Amino acid sequence: MAVDGISFTVATGSTTALLGGNGAGKTTTISMLLGLLLPDSGAIRVLGEDMVRHRYRVLPRVNFSSPYVELPHRLSVAENLTVYGHLYGIPELKHRIAQLAEELDLTDILKRPAGKLSAGQKTRVALAKSMLNQPELLFLDEPTASLDPDTADWVRGYFRAYQRRTGATILLASHNMAEVERLCDQVLMMKQGRIVDTGSPADLLQRYDRDDLEQVFLDIARDRRQPQATS
Amino acid sequence: MSGSAPRRIGAVMLRHLYLMRGSWPRVLEMAYWPAINMALWGFTSQFFTTHSSWVAQTGGILIGAVILWDVMFRGNLGVALSFMEEMWSRNLGHLSVSPLRPHELLAGMLGMSLVRTTIGVLPAALLAIPLYHYSLFDMGLPLLAFWINLLVSGWAIGLGVSALVLRFGLGAESMAWVMIFALAPVAGIYYPISILPQWLQWVAWALPPAYVFEGMRSVMQGHGFDWGLLAGAVGLNLFFVAAAALTFLRVHHIARRRGLLLNVGE
Repeated sequence: MAVDGISFTVATGSTTALLGGNGAGKTTTISMLLGLLLPDSGAIRVLGEDMVRHRYRVLPRVNFSSPYVELPHRLSVAENLTVYGHLYGIPELKHRIAQLAEELDLTDILKRPAGKLSAGQKTRVALAKSMLNQPELLFLDEPTASLDPDTADWVRGYFRAYQRRTGATILLASHNMAEVERLCDQVLMMKQGRIVDTGSPADLLQRYDRDDLEQVFLDIARDRRQPQATS
Repeated sequence: MSGSAPRRIGAVMLRHLYLMRGSWPRVLEMAYWPAINMALWGFTSQFFTTHSSWVAQTGGILIGAVILWDVMFRGNLGVALSFMEEMWSRNLGHLSVSPLRPHELLAGMLGMSLVRTTIGVLPAALLAIPLYHYSLFDMGLPLLAFWINLLVSGWAIGLGVSALVLRFGLGAESMAWVMIFALAPVAGIYYPISILPQWLQWVAWALPPAYVFEGMRSVMQGHGFDWGLLAGAVGLNLFFVAAAALTFLRVHHIARRRGLLLNVGE
């Protein structure tokens, strides 16, 4: 069983991280929230809708980006964005693509096949695809994996600006502790399919008496130290 | 902001049309094999015309059979390859979290099958006119009935193959060729069903292509259009394509329950 007995709420407009080692259940949790995987029991509500029964009411309002799920390699960047623009029913699609191309610095590579892009370019294209419908809720699976620090920082800045502008909610799975500290309001620490601790990055640092989240992560992963009670 | 079902179905087709536009060898290949097949059987048929009284009475029967068999063959591949293309490119995850419904994906695959079949078979049918002075279009409206029925038979097989690939992974992709060629001996493409052993005749009459090819021979041998054969083909096709579509949708649901949609690919 990949996840078992998890329960959490994410506040509108916040950024929440699912943090945990490999196989902790982060991707499984995101898959269930997207309706890609059906839970054996329990309920999942996304944007106020029952995700198991009314998935197609929610999907036009959310989007997803992961470096591990690729776009068709032989289609150009513009063709990929056009296809997904139609799938999401985007009005004035050409204008929207041009707007995203400018925001994400894709204009020069719009005609390039998606399979011939660098890792950074692929990430920006995947990001453009995930922003096509201006999602109210954005799911990100390791959004800055395989990016150099400069590009990763730029991507994080883009998320923050998007969130400030639209009030969107972001749920991300990440192994990058510095990223989580910088971006997130809430952290859900996962281990062996369960949520073992939650709190803001500052709360967790205080409770585990650590200077950075990586130490907290290792404490939990290795059962090294129990959190101190908060008054 | 979710758009309409026709727009989403169109998007599925557009994705494959872009792929074809970007690769002329793919388009050429679609037309190449039916044309080569037709040429091979056309010359064989010409030879038989002077040596076989049965074929001599009905010039073009083999050429017509070859072209119509390709309708079914391409119809199957059109569906199965469109689906496998999504798996090869690991795109099924993105499609599955978009507003595209499974039945819309299915409709887009059928639409692409129609496009691929037309691109593949139409040039072969046209090429037969200058090469053999044989026009398949002389059959008139019955041709349309045969064409549609064989296309739908191809769809049923293609959907079955797609369901198998979704359930068992790309290791099952060769089923796209295996399944349709398994049907060829009992489809009565080049010979009447009556030539088969009795038990195989029962198998043949349980499948739509036998009715279509018998119907084609009836028209080409001057016995007229057999409405009974058409009814048999339509009835069986409706049953098989509905069963295949329901199987595909059921397997898609099972894939969702097991989390297979996110990480499918080579």
